[in-house]
Amino acid sequence: MDHKQVMVIGGGIAGIQASLDLAEMGVEVFLIEQQPSIGGRMAQLDKTFPTNDCAMCILSPKLVEAGANKNIHIITNAEVQSVEGQAPSFYVKVLKHARYVDETRCTGCGICMSKCPVRIPDQYNMGLSKTKCIRIPFPQAVPAVPVISKEHCIYMQKGKCRICEKFCEEKVIDYEQKDELLDIEVGSIILAVGSQEFDAKLKGEYSYGTSPNVLTSLEFERMLSASGPTQGHVLRPSDQKEPRRVAFLQCIGSRDMQAGGSFCSAICCMQAAKDAIIMAEHLSNVDVSIFNMDIRAQGKDFDKFITRAQTDYGARFVRARVSSVEINPANDNLRIRYDPNDGGPLREEEFDMVVLSIGLQTSEQVRKLAAKLDIELDESGFVSGSPFDPVLTSRDGIFACGTMTGPRDIPETVMQASGAAGAAASLQAELPERRIKADYPQQRDIRGESPRVGVFICKCGINIASTVDVPGVVEFALGLPWVEHAQELMFSCAGDSQRIIAEAIRDKNLNRVVVSACTPRTHESLFQGTLQSAGINPYLFEFANIREHCSWVHQKEPDKATEKAKVLTKMAINKVICLEPLSPKTMPVNHDALVVGGGVAGLTAALELANHGCKVHLVERQEKFGGNFRDVHFTMDGQPSQEFLNALIEKVTSNPNIHSYLNSDIAEVKGFVGNFKSKIHGNNNDEITEIEHGAVIVATGASELETDEYLRGREPGVVTLRELETALAGCGTEELKEKVNKAQSVVLIQCVGSRCDERPYCSRICCNKSIKNALKLKEQNPDTNIYVLYRDIRAYGLHELDYRQAREKGIIFIRYQEDDKPVVTSENGALKVHIFEPTLRRKVLIEADLIGLAVGIAAGSENKVISQMLKIPLNSEGFFLEAHVKLRPVDFATDGVFVCGLAHYPKDVSESVAQARAAAARAMTVLSKDTIEAEGKVSQVRAECCAACGACVAVCPYAAIEIDEINRVAVVNESLCKGCGACSATCRSCAIDLRGFRDEQLVVAMEAIVEWL
Amino acid sequence: MSEEFEPKIIAFLCNWCSYAGADLAGTSRMQYPPNVRIIRLMCSGGLDPLYVFRALLAGCDGVLIGGCHPGDCHYTNGNYKARRRVAVLKSILKELGMGHDRVWLRWISASEGSRFAETIREIVTDLKEKGPNTLAQSWAI
Repeated sequence: MDHKQVMVIGGGIAGIQASLDLAEMGVEVFLIEQQPSIGGRMAQLDKTFPTNDCAMCILSPKLVEAGANKNIHIITNAEVQSVEGQAPSFYVKVLKHARYVDETRCTGCGICMSKCPVRIPDQYNMGLSKTKCIRIPFPQAVPAVPVISKEHCIYMQKGKCRICEKFCEEKVIDYEQKDELLDIEVGSIILAVGSQEFDAKLKGEYSYGTSPNVLTSLEFERMLSASGPTQGHVLRPSDQKEPRRVAFLQCIGSRDMQAGGSFCSAICCMQAAKDAIIMAEHLSNVDVSIFNMDIRAQGKDFDKFITRAQTDYGARFVRARVSSVEINPANDNLRIRYDPNDGGPLREEEFDMVVLSIGLQTSEQVRKLAAKLDIELDESGFVSGSPFDPVLTSRDGIFACGTMTGPRDIPETVMQASGAAGAAASLQAELPERRIKADYPQQRDIRGESPRVGVFICKCGINIASTVDVPGVVEFALGLPWVEHAQELMFSCAGDSQRIIAEAIRDKNLNRVVVSACTPRTHESLFQGTLQSAGINPYLFEFANIREHCSWVHQKEPDKATEKAKVLTKMAINKVICLEPLSPKTMPVNHDALVVGGGVAGLTAALELANHGCKVHLVERQEKFGGNFRDVHFTMDGQPSQEFLNALIEKVTSNPNIHSYLNSDIAEVKGFVGNFKSKIHGNNNDEITEIEHGAVIVATGASELETDEYLRGREPGVVTLRELETALAGCGTEELKEKVNKAQSVVLIQCVGSRCDERPYCSRICCNKSIKNALKLKEQNPDTNIYVLYRDIRAYGLHELDYRQAREKGIIFIRYQEDDKPVVTSENGALKVHIFEPTLRRKVLIEADLIGLAVGIAAGSENKVISQMLKIPLNSEGFFLEAHVKLRPVDFATDGVFVCGLAHYPKDVSESVAQARAAAARAMTVLSKDTIEAEGKVSQVRAECCAACGACVAVCPYAAIEIDEINRVAVVNESLCKGCGACSATCRSCAIDLRGFRDEQLVVAMEAIVEWL
Repeated sequence: MSEEFEPKIIAFLCNWCSYAGADLAGTSRMQYPPNVRIIRLMCSGGLDPLYVFRALLAGCDGVLIGGCHPGDCHYTNGNYKARRRVAVLKSILKELGMGHDRVWLRWISASEGSRFAETIREIVTDLKEKGPNTLAQSWAI
C-alpha cells in the first residue's frame, strides 16, 4: 500500500494543527472527529490569554483551511471502532454515524434550521440556550452541514413532520441514512482527542445546579461570547441583571483528592484573569474577586497579564480555598465562606454571581480509545509517553498531542500537535510525491472591466460591533463610487462567510474586494484564497483594519470609532480600485536546514529534520553538545537523565545527514525562505564555512542568571539549584558534596531574579526544580529538614502530584511576599534565614546548613545579534517573539525561520523537545517543497521614465536591480526583489514603483484621509 | 472655536514592526485618541517624502512615520534610509516654514504596543498645544 497517509483522531485545535502541517508536508490525512464539526473546545472560547485575542477569529481561518485542503479528508460524527496491524500499516475501522443530511450536496444554506419546529438545548452554548433539532453546530462550523438529532426529531420518533425535507431546495435531507463503517489503511496515527471538564455537580457545596447564578468557567465563556446565549452580555441568569460583584473560585476539581483530579489543570488561573479583564470591559461597574491557592502564571507574558488584571482592571486575588457557596434566598445572591489563611477566623462575603473554574480531566473517550489502541495511560488517565518526549506513546507509530497528554494551554497544544505531525510524517518515506494542490478555477480576465467593488464589514461578534456602528459603515460604503455590493458579516473569517463572499463575487460579477475587519498580518491570505476560489486574482483585495486599529483602541468613543472605520474602509476602497492583478514567480527551494544551537532543542530538531531526509548544519558555540541539560542529572522520579542526552548526542553525531560545527558561531545569514546563504565561523581555527539552506531553526537557549542576592558569592553555603543538583548527583566539588551530604537543614529560596521589576516574568521551571531537588535530598537523607520559601508554587499540570508528594514527605513550604523577602545573614559562616511566616503571623528564624537559590533564567545575550541577522523580533525581556503567541508558537513573521527551546521562553526538557519537534515539522512544510512562490508585490520599472541613473541599484538591499546598459534602463529581478519599496522612494523620476503600493494607489488612499481633514 | 481642537494625524507604519506594534496595542486594548489614520507600508524606507509634503499641504496636523528599531529592519537597512530622508525632509520643511515640528519618526517594534499607544497620545497632546496646521489655507493648491 501507499503509506503516505496518517490518521488524526480528534478535530480540536491539536488535531487541526497536526492535519494542516501533515497536509503541507504532502501527506494525505484522515481527520476523524466525534462531533458533527471540527473545532473542539477552542471554538467555544471567547478570548485567549495573554493577548485577549478573539478565539474564534484565530481558529476560524484554520477551520476554513482544513476544510478546503485537498490533502485532508475530514470525517465528522465518527468514531474509531478498532485498530489492527502495526507501524507502518494500521487498519482502522471508523464508524461514521448518520447525520441524515447528504454532506456532499448540502450547501449549508440553513433554511432547514430556520423551519424546524423542535427546539433542543444547544450544546455549543453549554445548554444555556436552545437550538433546533436540525442544526449546524455553530456558525463557523466545518463542514457547514446540519445534523439531525434523531432522538428529538418528531418525524423519526413519531412519523410526522418532514418540514426540513419540504423546505430543503437541494433535497439533501435523508431520514433513511444509515451509519457507515469505513475501512481506512494508514501508516501512522496521531491521537488528539483532548480532555473533558470536571462535572461541577460533584462538588455539591458550591451550589452548582441549585443556584442559576453559579456558572462553570466554560458556561461563563459562552456568556462572554457574542455568539453565546446572551450575545456577549454578562447577565445574572436569575434576574437578567448585570452583576456588580462576581467571584471566581479556582481549583474546582483540580488539586483536589476528593473529586476530580489531584493534579493542577494549568490553565484556569489565566482563564479567570482573562475573564475578569473581559468582564470589566463589558461592565463598567463590576468588582471581581478570584479565590485561589496559588496564582499559576508560568507562561510567556502571563505574570504581566495578572498584574494588568489587578492594576488596570481592579481584579482582587484572594489567597484562599472557598469551603462553601450558599444561596441567599432573599436576593438570589451567593454567600461564600473561606479561610483567609492569616490565622484569623473564617470569613464570609456575598456575591451576585459565582464562576467555578472547573478543571480538565481525561475523558471516557480517551480511556476507551486507549484500550482499543492498546496504549498506556498514567495514574491520572492521561497518555503517558516518555518523560523526555511527550508526543510518543507506548506504541510505535502512534503519537499523541494536546490535553490528552496532560492539562496544557493552546500554544503548548499546538507545539505538540506540530511535533506529532513531524514524527508521524518522518515515518512516511519519500514525502513530496503526493502533494495535492488546491485546484482553484481559472482566473477571470478583468481587463477592460470597470471596477466592481464588494465591501464586507465584519462585526467580529461584538469585538467590532459593540463599538463601531457596522450597519452605518455598510450604508456609507454603499454610497461610494464603484461599490456594487456591501454587507456586514458576523465573523468574516468563518467558513460560511467565505462562501457568502465567493457567491457575491459570482452573483454580482465583482472584480475587487474590500474586507473591513482585523489585521492583514493574520487574515489577508485567508481572503486572498477566497478570491482565488471565486476566480479572482488574489491581489485585487484590500484590507481595512477596523478592529486592532479602531474598535479595540477606541472602546469609549463609539462615534469617533465609527467615523474612523468609515475613513479606513474608504481608504481601502479607493486603493482597491487602483490595484492590478499580479502573478508571483516561483522559486526553487534548497532542502537543507541550519540549526543554531546544540542543546536538547537544537539536537532534537536536527535529528528530526535528518529523519525526514534533509541535510542539516548544526552549529554549537561551545565545544560540546548538550547545553543547559548537561547540568540536569536526574528526573523528578530520581532516574538518571544524562543517558537520554548521551543517546541523543550519539544519534545526532552518527547521523550521516547532520554536519556538526562545534565551537562555532553564525557569522552571516543572507537570503530568504527557501534560499538562505550563511557563513559559519569556527572559533578555534577562524575558518569560515559557507552553506546554502532553505530554513533556519533558532535554538540558542538561555542562561542561568548571575546573582549576588542572599549572600551568593560570599558564603560557600549559598549555592544555586544547579550546583545543588550537580552535588546531589555525586558530581561537582568534594567540598560541596560533603556540605550537601551533611546538611541537616536546607533552605531553598524561589524567584531569585524572577518576577521582579527587572525581569517581570516567571522562569517557569524553578518551582519544579526545587521540588525535585528537595525530594532527592529527602531520599538521600530522610532526616534533613527542608524549607522551600516561595511566592506561588507553580507546580502546574501534573507537577502538582510531585508538590503533593513533597509535602507528604515533610518538606515545609513557606510563602513570602514580594515586598517582604527572606533575609539571609551569616555569623561566621553559620547561615540564618529570617522570614515572616504567614500562618503563625510572625517572623521566624531558620538556621540553615545550606541555602539553594532558585535562580531565574535570562535570555541569551547573543539573541540580539541573531535577531538582527535573521530579521526576527525579540520581546522586551530578550526572548524571541513568535509570529502568534497562540497558534504560531514556533514560527516568525519572517518565513522560513523557526524557534524552539529556551530561546523562546523558559521551559522544561519535555516542553523543549515538543517545541523542537514542532519547529522541525514547521521547517519541513517549507523544505519538503520543490518550489515556493516568490513575493508578489515586487517593484516594477516604467522604462519610459527611467534615466538609468542607478539610484535604485544603490539602495536595493537585495541587489535585485541592475542597469541594462544597452537599453539604458533599470531592470528588476523579480525573484530577488523582496518588495521593501526603497527604490521607489529613492527614484527621482518616479520611474520605479512597488506593486500593491504604487504612488497612485497610496495617493488615493490618502485622499480618503484628506476628505476627513 | 467652541469645540476643542482635535488634531488629525496620518501615520505611515512599516508592516513588520510598527504596524504590528499598533496591532498589539489593539489586542491589548490599549486606549488612545482616535485622531490617527494608518497607512501600511512594507518598510519605512519605502516612504517617499513627497507623501509627507502632500499630507501637510492638505492640512494634516501631524505625520508619524513608524519603523523598526535601528538594526532590526526586516529589509536590513530601510529604517536608516528613512532616518536620513526624514532628517533632510525636516530641514527643508523648516527652511520653508512648513511645520517641520509636525513630523515624527519613531521606532516602534512588534512587541511595543504600549509604545505605539503612548506615541499617539503624546503627538495628540503636542499638536493640541501647537494648534491646527494652517498650511492648507495658506497654500490653497
